[in-house]
Amino acid sequence: MSFLDTFFDGAVMAKYLPDLLAALVTTLWLSAAIVIAGLALGLVLACLRTLGRWYLTLPIVAFADISRALPPLVVILVFYFGLPGLGIRLSGPMVLFIVLGGVLAAFAEEIFWAGLTSVPKGQWEAGRATGLSFMQTLFDIALPQAIRLGIPSLVNRALAITKMTALGSVIGVKEILSVSSSAQSFSGSATPLTMAALAYLAIFLPVVIFARLLEKRYT
Amino acid sequence: MLEINQLEKCFGTTQVLKSIDLSVKPGELVFVIGPSGSGKSTMLRCCNRLEEPTSGSILLDSEHVTECHGRALDKMRLKIGMVFQGFHLYPHKSVLANVMLAQVKALKRSKPEAKARAMEMLEHVGLAHKADAMPSELSGGQQQRVAIARALALDPKVMLFDEPTSALDPELVGSVLKVMKQLRQEGMTMLVVSHEMEFAREAADRVVFMDGGVVVEAGPPEDIFGNPKSERLRAFLSRLQPTTAA
Ligand SMILES: Nc1ncnc2c1ncn2[C@@H]1O[C@H](COP(=O)(O)OP(=O)(O)OP(=O)(O)O)[C@@H](O)[C@H]1O
Ligand SMILES: [Mg+2]
Repeated sequence: MSFLDTFFDGAVMAKYLPDLLAALVTTLWLSAAIVIAGLALGLVLACLRTLGRWYLTLPIVAFADISRALPPLVVILVFYFGLPGLGIRLSGPMVLFIVLGGVLAAFAEEIFWAGLTSVPKGQWEAGRATGLSFMQTLFDIALPQAIRLGIPSLVNRALAITKMTALGSVIGVKEILSVSSSAQSFSGSATPLTMAALAYLAIFLPVVIFARLLEKRYT
Repeated sequence: MLEINQLEKCFGTTQVLKSIDLSVKPGELVFVIGPSGSGKSTMLRCCNRLEEPTSGSILLDSEHVTECHGRALDKMRLKIGMVFQGFHLYPHKSVLANVMLAQVKALKRSKPEAKARAMEMLEHVGLAHKADAMPSELSGGQQQRVAIARALALDPKVMLFDEPTSALDPELVGSVLKVMKQLRQEGMTMLVVSHEMEFAREAADRVVFMDGGVVVEAGPPEDIFGNPKSERLRAFLSRLQPTTAA
């Protein structure tokens, strides 16, 4: 069998294209949901941490450290196969969304926080001395600077975590990897896996290029 | 106008200010000198509560600055302009946006109104042509003048200056002092911490000498520089040779 027949079999491609396109859409919206929720939650947590109250800081830091330490696959399996034992039954995409969104939130919180702590004290003083409230100083002065500093790391982290939607294949989410690998076993051809790789490139390559442009601009 | 009564400030167990009494009358420029660590910055920062006084009171136009909290304190701070040694312009905002921000957010001016006022103030410090520049594109002297415009745009009743020229290259000091002199002529009430003794002689109504957290001596510049009474002031002045000779 030739290289082309193995990886680019036209008949197999045509047959599985609709399934793979549907899977691409699933991966796409799951990724979008994870990025939006993860970054938003991370931002909120970092802002709450600036209030400097131990009863906020302690659980935030605990959440961030634990979420960053655990392998996401372990948490996904626990949520999907363990929680039903407690009567909590979540769909595969929901588990993927909650776990990966949570992990991204944990990393994003740390990145935003690092940005916030590197904003010089004088910036806060200038804001407060001109009559701005704590919140106004946070939102108009400190956060924009913190976000700018964090953008490269945020983009990289968001990329790394959205690629983990492939872990959905172990809990039956019909995303790109699971659909293509089942197509591969049905057809006996490696072509669906080629299609999977192309689908991932179609989603993530533009993001990577965008990240590079951003990095150039902000560093 | 601005009255500081029995102001004390401790950092932990070290007392940095020991019962400071000082008042600045309307339109007066009071100039504060003293060795490093004598508490000048701390006193100034207590006036707008960037530093919380341990005891004592600060009054602005007979209103208690020291009894304000939350929103009331933010409102009070609008009446007290402050200029820092390090400028502290917002690096992510243009010069114009720097001068507009607090006008819009804290003073609740409309954007066109804030912009007009900002341009007027930038004109005043000679930087209207830099309105669209970013702070990083300006020299230190220009940045400091923008910082002055940012404070002035809020129509403060008193301006506090903490070593406004100490971070500047010598050739840029003059442009900032010129703006300050102009302000004084327009009748702004000013409390200035600085080492520019030349400026003090020319522009100050009163000079206050602080050392070790107390006001050691205060009086018109002629007396302070020409006829110092306390030993500590004489020692301090003799360490700054060139200006004391005159
Ligand atoms: N946040 C702080 N915590 C602890 N000690 C402080 C703090 N800020 C100032 N101090 C101490 O208070 C004393 C007075 O400091 P301050 O900055 O008011 O002096 P200064 O007269 O402005 O000196 P300089 O001319 O060097 O600016 C110093 O001994 C300083 O170490
Ligand atoms: Mg100082």
